Amino acid sequence: MSKPVSAFVWLAVAVAGALSVATIALHRGEQISALWLVVAALCSYALGYRFYSKFIAAKVLALDALRATPAERLENGRDFVRTNKWVVFGHHFAAIAGPGPLVGPVLAAQFGYLPGTLWILAGAVFGGCVQDFVILLFSIRRDGKSLTEMAKSEIGRLGGFVAYVAVISIIVILLGVAALIVVNALKASPWGTFTIAMTIPIALFMGLYLRRIRPGKVLESSVLGFVLVLLAIWGGQWASHTPSVGRYFTLTAPTLAILIIIYGFAASALPVWLLLAPRDYLSTFVKLGTIALLALGITALRPTLHMPALTRFIDGTGPVFAGSLFPFAFVTIACGAISGFHSLISSGTTPKLISRETETRMVGYGAMAAESMVAIMAVIAACVLQPGTYFSINSPAGIVGAAPEAATATISSWGFPVTAADMHTLAQAVGEQTLFNRTGGAPAFAVGMAHIFAHSIGGQGLMAIWYHFAIMFEALFILTVLDAGTRVGRFMVQDALGHIYEPLGRTSWYPSILANSALIVAAWGYFLWQGVKDPLGGINSLWPLFGIANQLLATVALCVATTIIIKMGRARYAAVTLGPLLWLVAVTFSASYYKVFDPNPRSGFLAHARQLASSVARTGPNSAATARLIFNDRLDAAVTGVLIAMVAMILFESTAEWVRVLAGRKQAVVRETPFVPTRFAAEEQA
Amino acid sequence: MRFRRSTPVLTLSKNLRRATSVLWSTLREIFDESAYARFLQRQNIGSSKHAYAAFLRENLRQRERRPRCC
Repeated sequence: MSKPVSAFVWLAVAVAGALSVATIALHRGEQISALWLVVAALCSYALGYRFYSKFIAAKVLALDALRATPAERLENGRDFVRTNKWVVFGHHFAAIAGPGPLVGPVLAAQFGYLPGTLWILAGAVFGGCVQDFVILLFSIRRDGKSLTEMAKSEIGRLGGFVAYVAVISIIVILLGVAALIVVNALKASPWGTFTIAMTIPIALFMGLYLRRIRPGKVLESSVLGFVLVLLAIWGGQWASHTPSVGRYFTLTAPTLAILIIIYGFAASALPVWLLLAPRDYLSTFVKLGTIALLALGITALRPTLHMPALTRFIDGTGPVFAGSLFPFAFVTIACGAISGFHSLISSGTTPKLISRETETRMVGYGAMAAESMVAIMAVIAACVLQPGTYFSINSPAGIVGAAPEAATATISSWGFPVTAADMHTLAQAVGEQTLFNRTGGAPAFAVGMAHIFAHSIGGQGLMAIWYHFAIMFEALFILTVLDAGTRVGRFMVQDALGHIYEPLGRTSWYPSILANSALIVAAWGYFLWQGVKDPLGGINSLWPLFGIANQLLATVALCVATTIIIKMGRARYAAVTLGPLLWLVAVTFSASYYKVFDPNPRSGFLAHARQLASSVARTGPNSAATARLIFNDRLDAAVTGVLIAMVAMILFESTAEWVRVLAGRKQAVVRETPFVPTRFAAEEQA
Repeated sequence: MRFRRSTPVLTLSKNLRRATSVLWSTLREIFDESAYARFLQRQNIGSSKHAYAAFLRENLRQRERRPRCC
């Protein structure tokens, strides 16, 4: 393309993007088409990729196509394999895309569609994509080292320790919250519970099929598994309409929580090939297909957003979770804007597959932009619902009342009209007994997704099938995270305990496997149980905690990246990682402060504990349940305090290192693998 | 003239074939089929129950420690 034509095309993209963002931001009191969000997102990512990532690649990182990557130098056909860039892109995207970008934006929709959308776009372009890109490159230049190893070698031992604690914290809190989302989606839902229960034998069958019948035919077994899952969805309808069967699958939240805890323990202790690997394949297969289908559905239907741009809940009085727009919108949406967890993937498998340094831009920056697009689709799915419906599904009984009439009266009084009859009709349409008090984001996303699909494929008659397909898709996603996370957490604990008592570190010693699995399951199981028993729905307390833990990991990643950029002698460009770092520090410190010390009992852990204690003092002896709630509040406050202390420590350690290097008191040593020219230099130059 | 007209069609068909091939390779990489093929090639053996079991054993450590993102 000639230069003037190229300039004209990019000018047109910029104008279209600006027009779309202006439409999203400036329209008040009238509904807009979801297509504006799609166009704004696509233009923002395109401009960010074309200009910002190119600037970072050229000026900050100085990508060198002639430098051999670990995939070339250490190629062993196993971990280190030179792979086509599009293949690595797909592989990386499949690894980073999880349930987070679907759930966070749905919860944050209580502020309206505008804050979440703007944060997803700006956060991804200037924060998340940059983090994934730079960490991927720095890991490549260090033979594929992990984030924890890089933190230790570039910042110091404290950096390594904080990174370790951040990873363990995020795993434990994430698993507790993720399990709670599944519980809230499946409670009193025989159809959904039957479908998800069936995915366990289906995964076991796939494991046996792969091992015994058609060794290595993973795609074939995944297609087979997918067909069986579709049959399970159909079977779920039968189960829910057959009382003698349905009653076995109509479970309360505590029962589901116990079953999930048992499942998590079994999944961690069973051989990988039997359950974890096939479920992982099945989940990935469904995930990629559903995301593509959702994108097509939104493009074909071009739905209207019924949620206003901003709601009254930006003041912090929202029912979905307590807390004002700043900082809570920015911790609620982590994945989709900037997610610390991605830095584990960017410094895990992906750096060992990249053939050329120049490809890190497309893989690191590009794949995160694609995930951000998934988050935009989640915003759309939540905001196509009538606000009254959205709040009826997402509000806990402790806020709006347990009876349908009380809940709808409260929600209508907020200016979002809804009736109990409307909700009953909707519940019947999606094959549920009730949709009230389904906190956690997954059911609201499923209703929104079913709405989009039913209007573009199959009509209203298929609404129930689409709803349960969406629930199955999210639960499958989450259970995969639960399987893998429990196992990764178990290994990390084993590695640490192995230093204290050597046999505990042996990954093949069964008593150690069982003891450490129990330890990690007990840790996230505690948070799950706490969420299930919380009268405010659990998500109110736990999702912000997860967001803070995730942003702590992003803080570690950005501290590592800034340190390396300064040591590379490019301090004048350090703002590319320092900017998002400072923003995250502001967000995590503020969110943590509010969560611990806010005098509003709905938001502050300590205020809530005090309120419970004073009510006990007024009304009589302390019940066991109240004592547990008070303990949970204090525990959550302590966990938040530890996380924020970690942020402060890594910041202090990193800043000290920057000052030493910039003041010339310490020689800047970049711990990169020495330059080795690629064997394919001729091919590259051609 | 005929050659000229068919050029865009040929290019399109070539691009489509390439895109399909990349998509197929991506799926094979994501679903570990390529890793298994590389294993068979490295060991110089054919696919069998025993070969797949050996592949799973070799990849156990890496797979067990691979986190799935949130």
